Amino acid sequence: MADTGRLPDNIMHFGRVLRAAGLPVGPGRVIEAVRAVEAAGIGSREDLYWTLHAVFVNRRDQRDLFDQAFHIFWRNPRILERAMSMLLPTFGAENEAPPPAKEANRRLADALFPAEQGATPEQEQEEETLLDAAFSFSAQEELKTRDFESMSVAEIDQAKKAIAAMRLPIVDVKTRRFKADSRGRRVDMRATIRASLRSGGSIIPLRRRSRVRRHPPLVVLCDISGSMSRYSRMFLHFMHAVTNDRDRVATFVFGTRLTNVTRYLRQKDVDVALNDVSESVQDWSGGTRISGCMRDFNTNWSRRVLGQGAMVILITDGLDREGTENLGFEMERLHKSCRRMLWLNPLLRYEQYEAKAAGARQILPHVDEFRSIHNLESIADLTTSLSRDWPRTEEATATTWGAVA
Amino acid sequence: MRDLPTSIDDTLTLLGDGNYVADRALATTLFLSLKLGRPLFLEGDAGVGKTEIANVLSQTLGRRLVRLQCYEGLDVGSAVYEWNYPAQMIEIRLAEAEGVTDREKLGSNIFSERFLIKRPLLQALEPNEAGPPVLLIDELDRTDEPFEAYLLELLADFQISIPELETIKAAEPPIVIITSNRTREIHDALKRRCYYHWIGYPEAERELSILEMRVPSAGDRLSREVVGFVQSLREQDLFKLPGIAETIDWASALVQLDKLALDPQTVNDTLGVLLKYQDDIAKIQGSEAAKLLDQVNAELAAAR
Repeated sequence: MADTGRLPDNIMHFGRVLRAAGLPVGPGRVIEAVRAVEAAGIGSREDLYWTLHAVFVNRRDQRDLFDQAFHIFWRNPRILERAMSMLLPTFGAENEAPPPAKEANRRLADALFPAEQGATPEQEQEEETLLDAAFSFSAQEELKTRDFESMSVAEIDQAKKAIAAMRLPIVDVKTRRFKADSRGRRVDMRATIRASLRSGGSIIPLRRRSRVRRHPPLVVLCDISGSMSRYSRMFLHFMHAVTNDRDRVATFVFGTRLTNVTRYLRQKDVDVALNDVSESVQDWSGGTRISGCMRDFNTNWSRRVLGQGAMVILITDGLDREGTENLGFEMERLHKSCRRMLWLNPLLRYEQYEAKAAGARQILPHVDEFRSIHNLESIADLTTSLSRDWPRTEEATATTWGAVA
Repeated sequence: MRDLPTSIDDTLTLLGDGNYVADRALATTLFLSLKLGRPLFLEGDAGVGKTEIANVLSQTLGRRLVRLQCYEGLDVGSAVYEWNYPAQMIEIRLAEAEGVTDREKLGSNIFSERFLIKRPLLQALEPNEAGPPVLLIDELDRTDEPFEAYLLELLADFQISIPELETIKAAEPPIVIITSNRTREIHDALKRRCYYHWIGYPEAERELSILEMRVPSAGDRLSREVVGFVQSLREQDLFKLPGIAETIDWASALVQLDKLALDPQTVNDTLGVLLKYQDDIAKIQGSEAAKLLDQVNAELAAAR
């Protein structure tokens, strides 16, 4: 390596790219990396790869991001130069920098070319044009696989903030297990007898225990049909956060058919997870068959995932392409087999919204709570709502609905 | 008492002797699990004969059946062992009255086997003159994950440690049968240690021989009609399809009603034996049942 003078700079820039892409890389790491490269020498590209890998990557889910970043950054010097010029505070002059590779992670592309900051106003515009788009659903089932990578850093940051604050404090329910607890209400006989031996049996000190409390299983059913497409990306982030936050979560998406995506969403890296989901889901942004999908869920899944008092979160706008005559029946069955059912509807943010769509009218009598979900704020509100265990009565539903109407 | 089967055919005969008509797939899995000493994990809808396998095995092999019914919150105290606390208290008081102050002695005294209440899992590890018992862990999906984790440890080396007493290890591991109705997914780690078999609904021929074996008084015609009807019910779009247990129940019910053949009225009156959801019953009752029955009779007539 003749040109040792530039190498530390390059490693530093590479470190900055990784940091911008979301890896926890600080100056300390960069110094370490420089030292490591000095120690290991640069025999080949592969050596450099694994040397930097050893320093920068410390979790399995960071590997993909590192891999892509490395290949983009260290392959093409021109891109490298551009990337560096982009990192200088003079951006805005040239926007024509080409994306590094077609398949490259969007998050990484944003990290390399952070000039495209205009995503936020665009988003606001989207919200305004929603009404007409949301009420027209396509008649044919669109069997296409959709690419998730079109998510910008600005959006991710916003979503991440909300997600970071989100712990979904679902009210804990009593289980039949016990733990040692000095202020417990029940006597732990085993511990008591054992404790009594310490004094040779002359004193029997009471040891106590109390019930373990635990969150109930959670099942999320999310509508990804055309009328919901503006929101589904955000909801997938939401579902990913929820799935990774706790155990016993099952996640399903539905448009014209129901898909179980729990396993994909268990993947820690949100990009990889969403990519897997988009590959497995066939009916992205197509029509909706809520009734058929609910039926599918009831017959094939409810007995498998709704055991042990699960809570159901249904995310849909209630606009159904097909006839809805069976929907009420299926919803009733679903409602009867879960502990509590929550309906999140993005259309609810309109003040005048009334459940006029036939589908919505069928769903409404069978939910315990009805909430809006259209922006990050409403997702955050959700967390407060979930921490209450409302009694499942007609009245509770009526008041929630009354407040809305 | 009988030795373990030495081949798959042998296993089929063994199950047949216990009035259990198995298909070859099940016999193969069972044979492997017996031969290699691994637990058998049976999954399937309710009423397809999962639990029955353990009963049949214990009968035909002449082994003791130890059954653990799982439920939520199942803990060591009710699954493995428990101390007899009242007796221990009395023992402590007696020792006090006698003036025993030696803690060691008292400890070994009250934590002795005399005060130990053995629960199913511990019982299954005890030596038995008839050979290792059949341990049936029924409906594992009803319990929660912590118990599953405990079971994982137990199935690995078949030993239970009682801190106050000793570690008990089975000289010969028991024959373990685990069943699940799939109301919850069992963790892969546990499944990995077992031979897995999904028991589905039987085909008409096998169901008929099951019926002949279990309800011999039903007669040929009634049995055929019952099997034909149940088989065609399973092709319907129902919430809960009838299992083999329901078929047997229905046939016995019809025998009790002195029926020699099915007629629409009888089917309507006894549908509750077969279908357990009101929506399903409402769907089938009346014209649909009559239609199915006609179909079955036409098929039977054609086969004759």
